[in-house]
Amino acid sequence: MPDVHLSVFRGTPSTTGTFAEFDVPAEEGMVVLDALHWIQAHEAPDLAVRWNCKAAKCGSCSAEVNGRPSLTCKTRLSDFEEGETITVEPMRAFPLVRDLVTDVSWNYEVNKSIPPFQPPADQPQETWRWQQEDIERVQEFRKCIECFLCQDVCHVLRNHETEQPFMGPRFLVRSAGLEMHPIDTADRTRHLKDEGGIGLCNITKCCTEVCPEHIKITDNAIIPLKERVADKYYDPIQMVWRKITGRSADPPPPSGAPD
Amino acid sequence: MSETPERYPHDVLVVGAGGAGLRAAIEAAAMGASVGLVCKSLLGKAHTVMAEGGVAAAMGHVEPKDNWRVHFRDTMIGGKLLNNPRMAQLHAQEAPDRVRELEAWGAVFDRTRDGRILQRPFGGHSYSRLAHVGDRTGLEMIRTLQDRAVAAGIQVYMECTITHLMSRPDRVRGAFGYWRTTGQPVLFPAKAIVLATGGVGRAFEVTSNSWEYSGDGQALALLAGAELIDMEFVQFHPTGMVWPPGVRGLLVTEAVRGEGGILRNKDGERFMWKYLPEDRRHEYAATDEEASRWVEAQSASRPTDARRPPELSTRDNVARAIYTEVREGRGSPHGGVFLDISYLPADHVRRKLPSMYEQFKELADVDITAGPMEVGPTTHYIMGGIRVDAETGATTRPGLFAAGEVSGGMHGANRLGGNSLSDLLVFGQRTGAGAAADAATQSGETYVDPVAVRAAAAELAAPLAPGSGEDPYRLHEELQGVMQTLVGIFRTESDLDEAIGKLADLRRRWPAIRVTGGRAYNPGWGLVYELRNMLIVSEAIARSAKQRRESRGAHSRIDFPEPDEKWAKLNSVVHMAGDSMKVKSARLPALPNELQQLITKEVS
Repeated sequence: MPDVHLSVFRGTPSTTGTFAEFDVPAEEGMVVLDALHWIQAHEAPDLAVRWNCKAAKCGSCSAEVNGRPSLTCKTRLSDFEEGETITVEPMRAFPLVRDLVTDVSWNYEVNKSIPPFQPPADQPQETWRWQQEDIERVQEFRKCIECFLCQDVCHVLRNHETEQPFMGPRFLVRSAGLEMHPIDTADRTRHLKDEGGIGLCNITKCCTEVCPEHIKITDNAIIPLKERVADKYYDPIQMVWRKITGRSADPPPPSGAPD
Repeated sequence: MSETPERYPHDVLVVGAGGAGLRAAIEAAAMGASVGLVCKSLLGKAHTVMAEGGVAAAMGHVEPKDNWRVHFRDTMIGGKLLNNPRMAQLHAQEAPDRVRELEAWGAVFDRTRDGRILQRPFGGHSYSRLAHVGDRTGLEMIRTLQDRAVAAGIQVYMECTITHLMSRPDRVRGAFGYWRTTGQPVLFPAKAIVLATGGVGRAFEVTSNSWEYSGDGQALALLAGAELIDMEFVQFHPTGMVWPPGVRGLLVTEAVRGEGGILRNKDGERFMWKYLPEDRRHEYAATDEEASRWVEAQSASRPTDARRPPELSTRDNVARAIYTEVREGRGSPHGGVFLDISYLPADHVRRKLPSMYEQFKELADVDITAGPMEVGPTTHYIMGGIRVDAETGATTRPGLFAAGEVSGGMHGANRLGGNSLSDLLVFGQRTGAGAAADAATQSGETYVDPVAVRAAAAELAAPLAPGSGEDPYRLHEELQGVMQTLVGIFRTESDLDEAIGKLADLRRRWPAIRVTGGRAYNPGWGLVYELRNMLIVSEAIARSAKQRRESRGAHSRIDFPEPDEKWAKLNSVVHMAGDSMKVKSARLPALPNELQQLITKEVS
């Protein structure tokens, strides 16, 4: 195979950043991450790249390759035209740490706010019986490898379109996995509406398109959750009923600490 | 840089956030300890995430005959009786509770027809025993533990590398390292430290392991005065990808064989029939027909009297068989053998092995539902590790604990598939409890010697000094070459001597390493300390392999091809005497009578 030409972003938060050009000898089956490793070992030993498994299982090596949010360990050099420059940039939705590495700690903070799994207190574990077909949807959501590509591509987060909080597709998927768990008892609709900002998603499905695990984020997770929130807070009959009775849509806070 | 490192004191500091580290942290926190959890990567990316096939626990959901006694026996026989018997016993007894606990914390395992946790067969396990989620069990496990740790409010220090343990004569008192994002130093004074840093596969050229697996915990423990055992036992997983070159070594889960995958050489011969050890042959199918009856029953999750296919022999045996087929000229075009599951319905394969299907389709243009994969051995796991107490995970150095792959003893000379994830849970829990109890015996603020901290900081900064020197990437490449060619699947005395000499030479060159580019997220600089650890642990492997003049489990000596009774009850023990590494042997802990009977008698 002929050499491939990579144009790789290099920079720090305090500098403007530049693109460095590299010609990398290509072997059959090589992926963009292999090319970045070759550059580290031969041309730029300090090139910052975040990666772990190199098998599309850990979701560490996310970047934008020719503008598309991608796992670099899964993007093959042979997917590009011969002679085409492969441009590699960090995810744009997150603050830069250095070169291709971004600060994704915001995601971990958002995650902490989600009410955790809460099994029923009155149902001993020995009695739990779930059919495979009843858990397949939850298993789809639990496939998420937290690459944050969906967060990167989501225009609400990427363009900082709002001052209101919005947890982004990743955490809507996590919430859906908890909400649709066969025995979970917590109610996350208020959290989804307020801290989660689910109303801000206008279902353009960009997140679904970039998901390396092929999770149908919009159709299977976000839309059903939007329906739950709408049923609870925006159903006209319920709203009239609440007006008459003076009851709130939110239940009183649960007593005792969640397990 | 700032001269004084940031300082975060804790009762218990856990280094490593894979399955063992997370489980230990959860336990220690539940006991009331202030816990810090340090990881080199982001939380949830540790190597556990790559585990595929499942977690072994004798719950008996698919085959009610299963129980801890059979699991114990399988583990000991798989480990060629070199396991610490107490660890193997606790592991077999407690694994079912640890798996059920994950379910209670939100894990969603695949189900049996009556709605319970489904279990699949694996090599060396007498019954279907591995609880699983398709072929992404490790992800399910790490996410469940991660969520639990977050809900428990455990303080996590992400992208932080520990380079030095802070020791006083009486005990270990803290850990020193740096933030990978900024390169700034950080100190964690701690009353007790749990090492849960995993293995050392990255010292080899062909490996299923990620960059994190650089033997950090084993080296830190050795330097702090603890002992390592059984370091000659490195598991070469029989099935890694061999093509394309970019993915060479990437794991192909044993679940492919558990679901019925057949191994063939280039002549189409199902060669595993030839390699079954005589004393275990009765446990395997006698004919292709019996093996396919077993696969059919397995696919329908119903019990059968047919015995297992020969591909489900133990990993050490299958790896040697594949290596031998290739060496004798019967390999596939890219230097492996063929593994075929395409004779089963495509839908079934995609449902049972979704990530394998993706991996081959996306990385090798191979549709595993339509044709065979090409596979060959890859460095996967180390059975040896830090010597620990079975009950508490305490090392031989006060204040220092270890759990998971970094520890030794549980798996003996060969680990069964699925026994690693259960090991992480069982001994993670025990070690977290052990460390928290030990920390509670220490009162007051933990004193760390400032002189030692300054010395560590100076050593850390040394490779950044101006001027040119050795290149860490070149040294790493040379190390991988040495380990791959001289300390691989088949070993000889002269190769091991050569390896020990070359490793000594690399260690002499190590202090001359220089790197460019500053402190912030600098991978070349990070490699320097990982290289120190890999060199130390590689030497421990080579020296232990030289001492054991026999073949047993994963350790195969061409010059001593048979097991030797003299070595049957001896562990290799490595420790540091000043700057030099010493290897001796120590008698295996005695096997109590009732456990001995479980091994010699057929149990059910």
